[in-house]
Amino acid sequence: MAQVAERYVGSAVLRKEDPELLTGQARFTDDITMPGMAWMEVVRSPFAHATIGAIDASRALAMPGVVAVLTAADLEGDWGGPLPFVWPITEDIKVPTHWPLTKDKVRFQGDGVAVVVAETREQAKDAAAAVDVDYTALPAVVDLEEAQRDDAPVVHEDLGSNVVVHWVHGGGGDVDGTFSSAPVVVKERYVQPRLIPNAIEPRGCLAMSIPAQGEFTIWSATQIPHIAKVTLAGTCGIAESKLRVIAPDVGGGFGSKLNVYAEEALCLALARRTGRPIKWVEERTENYLATIHGRGVIHDVELAATEEGKILGVRVKELADMGAYYQLLTPGIPELGGWVYMGPYDMQAYWYEFTGIMTNATPTDAYRGAGRPEATYVLERAVDALARKLGKDPAEVRRISLVPPFDEPRAAISGLNVDSGNYEAAFDRALELAGYDELRAEQRSRRERGDPVQLGIGLSTYIEMCGLAPSNILGALRYAAGGWDAATVRCLPSGKVVVSIGTSPHGQGHVTTWSQIVADELGLTPDDVEVLHGDTMVSPLGMDTYGSRSISVGGAALHAALQKIKEKARRIAAHELEASEDDLAYEDGAFRVKGAPDRARTIPELAASAWHAHNLPGDVEPNLDATAVFDPPNFTWPSGTHVCVAEVDTQTGLTDITKYVAVDDCGTVINPMIVEGQVHGGVTQGIAEALYEEAVYDENGTLLTSSMTNYEVPSAAEIPAFTLDRMSTPSTTNELGVKGIGEAGTIAAPPAVVNAVIDALSGLGVTHIDKPLSPERVWRAIQQAQGGAK
Amino acid sequence: MRHVSVTVNGTLRESDVEPRQLLVYYLRETLGLTGTNVGCDTSTCGACTVLLDGQSVKSCTLLAVQADGHEITTIEGMASDGEMHPLQRAFHEHHGLQCGYCTPGMIMAADSLIREAPGPLSDQDVRLGLEGNLCRCTGYQNIVKAVLAASEEMRAGSPSA
Repeated sequence: MAQVAERYVGSAVLRKEDPELLTGQARFTDDITMPGMAWMEVVRSPFAHATIGAIDASRALAMPGVVAVLTAADLEGDWGGPLPFVWPITEDIKVPTHWPLTKDKVRFQGDGVAVVVAETREQAKDAAAAVDVDYTALPAVVDLEEAQRDDAPVVHEDLGSNVVVHWVHGGGGDVDGTFSSAPVVVKERYVQPRLIPNAIEPRGCLAMSIPAQGEFTIWSATQIPHIAKVTLAGTCGIAESKLRVIAPDVGGGFGSKLNVYAEEALCLALARRTGRPIKWVEERTENYLATIHGRGVIHDVELAATEEGKILGVRVKELADMGAYYQLLTPGIPELGGWVYMGPYDMQAYWYEFTGIMTNATPTDAYRGAGRPEATYVLERAVDALARKLGKDPAEVRRISLVPPFDEPRAAISGLNVDSGNYEAAFDRALELAGYDELRAEQRSRRERGDPVQLGIGLSTYIEMCGLAPSNILGALRYAAGGWDAATVRCLPSGKVVVSIGTSPHGQGHVTTWSQIVADELGLTPDDVEVLHGDTMVSPLGMDTYGSRSISVGGAALHAALQKIKEKARRIAAHELEASEDDLAYEDGAFRVKGAPDRARTIPELAASAWHAHNLPGDVEPNLDATAVFDPPNFTWPSGTHVCVAEVDTQTGLTDITKYVAVDDCGTVINPMIVEGQVHGGVTQGIAEALYEEAVYDENGTLLTSSMTNYEVPSAAEIPAFTLDRMSTPSTTNELGVKGIGEAGTIAAPPAVVNAVIDALSGLGVTHIDKPLSPERVWRAIQQAQGGAK
Repeated sequence: MRHVSVTVNGTLRESDVEPRQLLVYYLRETLGLTGTNVGCDTSTCGACTVLLDGQSVKSCTLLAVQADGHEITTIEGMASDGEMHPLQRAFHEHHGLQCGYCTPGMIMAADSLIREAPGPLSDQDVRLGLEGNLCRCTGYQNIVKAVLAASEEMRAGSPSA
């Protein structure tokens, strides 16, 4: 059999996923239909806060094609429990009960009060609009500080207050001592608005039942079929063993599909009631109301430093908008960020705490980066503020504060162990690629000549905590599940390999990446490998996709399963070759007798032997397959430096990014093409966060940015080309040495961009503008700094 | 119901449709051509872009009855004789797609952009020309690369180029 000399790991292998996506043959949730299928539409509240009186469905029920109209009261007996919330981060956290439909009161615009089932999509929509709900509007609260006041409207009366959780990191080092004795302390306040994730595929689901068996299948545009299975079984009162969840092709997630939603439970309940397949697909405006938002936080941050700018400590207090309910993880998101406010800097003191506030707005939850972008933004903005206060170059302040290179786990001041890092290397390379010194010279000259277009250079040095997560740490943090993942490798007698794995991609190219790992380990090509995922019947063990975990945890499980395959194959090879196992060398997918390399067995040959089982060693079971479960011993810690160069037109406030450099260290790289694509996309979302995107509510809790026409998702015309490079400091957390790259760009980019704009305008006296840096905000900040109009 | 005759990907299709049915749902649900996706309902995202008589249109903004008597090309009609269209190939080779949901619309818009361009396209031409098509995954850099590569191939292969 031909040997494979090529290494696939490290190569830009083109994606196996592409052909069906490029030809219209992909199967997204809305592409799936079933015989007898009916449509669900949710009747949603137009008010952010209102009591619900009578609900009159008579007009709707008389309309063509309408099968049923059901309210919360009608469905009360259908639930085994409320919707899942799995991260009660403190013992005394106040937890509202969250049912799939609300009964007496609506708490945010979009809260579901009834469902309509009809024969067609259009009939369901028409009928939903004809359900008459008698609302009595109540004053709403959407402002985090207002929501804390005694006279504020209360979102959940049974909780007594909108202040629902206070989480305090225990602190690291001598915080009070450091801050009271530090030569320099800067204190800043930053507001980070709500963001809407905007996966281009809206959410949707299709549920069907086999009533005679009590079995249910739900196809859902989700990142988390496994977590959805165990939690939806609970909510819907279905035995977990009777529920199958399938994530078909999924069109982007970014955290918005890392959740279990009311509509999934409703479709299952309605499939059970009607005996018919029930489908629901959201519209974009519905997505903006009923799918989670991200961010929505206010930070007070202090940095302590020496006169030289060496950072000594960080102290952070955060207010975090929970929205009207907790979704799956809501208060866990700021907590996740609560471990990384030291960034890549060597500090002696650390303090972080946050207060979670309920508001009459869409629930918040994980959005790409989840807590870590918030933390990185705050820290990196504050480092620039420190540099400005000291009159130092922000590059110099960073350089003298970076943790020196290390390749064994190192205890960070926040209490976690960082796997490895070489921050200076990425920092130096990023400044070199940007042409930092030349840029500073150009900036000086523009300032001196009073150029109306000023130049700014924004730095962001970051680390992130990825590869979620060691189960014991999750347990200590009161998260309800573990952080392991699992993979099964089956070597078929025909020489092909089937992998089933517990994480599932929605654009990240994992199928190709995993296939590269298998190909190298077993001496095959990526095309010899079929990967099954995203179906709880096909891959029953798994913890799904979020937190940059699919290669660092899922891939590590796959790697572990491959080692088991090789161990078993070695025993069969030794038996067939009549050699001792120690006398066999394994290379390129074949075991060879040392000193007699023509005596050899390849993995496909051994897979066939294991399958026909005609002549196996006595204690070897037939078939060459193995399952491994990997529980990471630590997080992984990607890092890097991004540099944004921006021209700001001081007459219009318009920002133009002229250069963007990203030097990331995600450990070992398996597919550089895919890694670069992740950085491009992540940085783009970060630039969007810095310059364009903001979910805006009015004082009544009405979402003003209610469609893509007024929530600015940037197009190609707004986004620059990127200059990328990489460092590779292998992780010590997994055998592959991988760290993860899905979130890096979104974590690094917002402060790089905002720092660039502030840097451009600091000569005019501008020291602060909150995101997003719209031309109007920038122009107003310039006017204000110059003593002009506000 | 209204009767419509539409040539879709080279085949004449005769259907009775609701007067209010959007072109995109005619393609997806009446004809079963699910390659064209719906992303925003406001003509902003471009996921539903198809060609109407060779020009790119957003099929969530047209009614099916407006396509009566016209030719529609969807992503399913781009490959011929089992060979991917140069744009499909270029998106594959330059990693111009991730989740792939915007990709059919992006390719149809790019096809129209390339064919309607008076001369070779620049990076900026492509960025401005595709501003009606949103992608949340790729950051656009590889889409631009793919469109430029396909543009060269299409111009070289076109008799009028």
